[in-house]
Amino acid sequence: MGLLSKKDAALIKDPLADNNPITIQVLGICSALAITAELEASIVMSISVLFVLGVGNVVISLMRNIIPSKIRIIVQLIVVATLVIIVDLVLKAFAYELSKTLSVFVGLIITNCIIMGRFEAFALGNGPWRSFLDGIGNALGYAVILIMVGFFRELLGSGTLLGIPVLGDPIEKTGLYAFGYENNGFMLLSPMALIVVGIIIWVQRTRNKALVED
Amino acid sequence: MEHVELFFKSIFIDNMVFATFLGMCSYLAVSKKVSTAVGLGAAVIFVLAITVPLNWLLDQYVLQPGALSWLGAEYADYDLSFLSFIMFIATIATMVQLVEIVVEKFSPSLYNSLGIFLPLIAVNCAILGGSLFMQSREIATLGLATTYGVGSGIGWFLAILAIAAIREKIRYSNVPPALRGLGITFIITGLMAIGFMSFGGMLTGGDEEATNEETTVEVQVLPTKDNTELANNTKIEE
Repeated sequence: MGLLSKKDAALIKDPLADNNPITIQVLGICSALAITAELEASIVMSISVLFVLGVGNVVISLMRNIIPSKIRIIVQLIVVATLVIIVDLVLKAFAYELSKTLSVFVGLIITNCIIMGRFEAFALGNGPWRSFLDGIGNALGYAVILIMVGFFRELLGSGTLLGIPVLGDPIEKTGLYAFGYENNGFMLLSPMALIVVGIIIWVQRTRNKALVED
Repeated sequence: MEHVELFFKSIFIDNMVFATFLGMCSYLAVSKKVSTAVGLGAAVIFVLAITVPLNWLLDQYVLQPGALSWLGAEYADYDLSFLSFIMFIATIATMVQLVEIVVEKFSPSLYNSLGIFLPLIAVNCAILGGSLFMQSREIATLGLATTYGVGSGIGWFLAILAIAAIREKIRYSNVPPALRGLGITFIITGLMAIGFMSFGGMLTGGDEEATNEETTVEVQVLPTKDNTELANNTKIEE
């Protein structure tokens, strides 16, 4: 990381593990859970959040000295809403099927608590470059969890990754299915997303005792 | 009947928290004590009941394709639906501030119990989600939109109340250290969501029964005018 100073590099690295927005800060759970039944949807969602958070953090950081603090929530919401409309229109133009799958959850990026949380906690008090790095770091931390959950749910639920069968054919009984393996359709239902995230938190906190609550 | 159906559907089957994971952030953050959970839940019902009908009007008369035709024929083919995110969130943020001011003025005691939660609500996904689902499910009338808003609010209230009660009790249980707090809350919510899935059959099952009853009643009424034998025959044939 010759390009970045040590302090700047920490802005990107911390949210990936020890200060992860989902598992530690408990932000942005809503959208993280609903769309992770497929890996592809998780990846697209992560990229959308990366764009909105990176650009939004810079915009808010540039405006931080002229926003009156009383109406800052509304200003922030308008900035996010504008960025999300851009994402939504781009998705509708280039990935129509996927935008149908994500449905209202693209719109719900507006109220994704990660975005408001980072605006409030970081962009309002720091310069544009550091805010940008912070935005990218937190969005990547969000992406890591989303992709992990999406990976396990799609692999165990339908035996595919990104729509490509990786465990053999369940009807022809090839690959793993020849040994009597069955897809666990339960993984595709929404409650399992919560339980998978719960297990990720469990593993993370077992490895790093400092994060244990109480 | 339509209202009752939509009401129960939005509380149990399409429960905000368990079916669509909306409002999870405040659901997890504010569910440590039952009393605060009740305050936030009441505020959510209140705000949803106001913003969903308002956004319905906005959607119907400003945003939808052709919605502006009341202004004159030349506006009839305007389509402003791409603006819906920004209009909805602006309505919500404004309404929340307005509600806060009104409540503070007229009912200080209610303000003391609800007040601190109101600013939180502007960024609660459940509120925006309510309006967006109202739009994507094409709810037909203003009355139904209000029913939907109140119903989803009550569903959210039930969910946060239940998890807060469980979290108060789970303090006395021996949870593995790494799961304490957030981890176990996720897993409990998952189990509750599985429980709520069983409501899924409630409405469809009810519909079928209702239609069956109607047909049997018709069949029974007609034959009894002649004689009971005929009635038995038609029943068997059925």
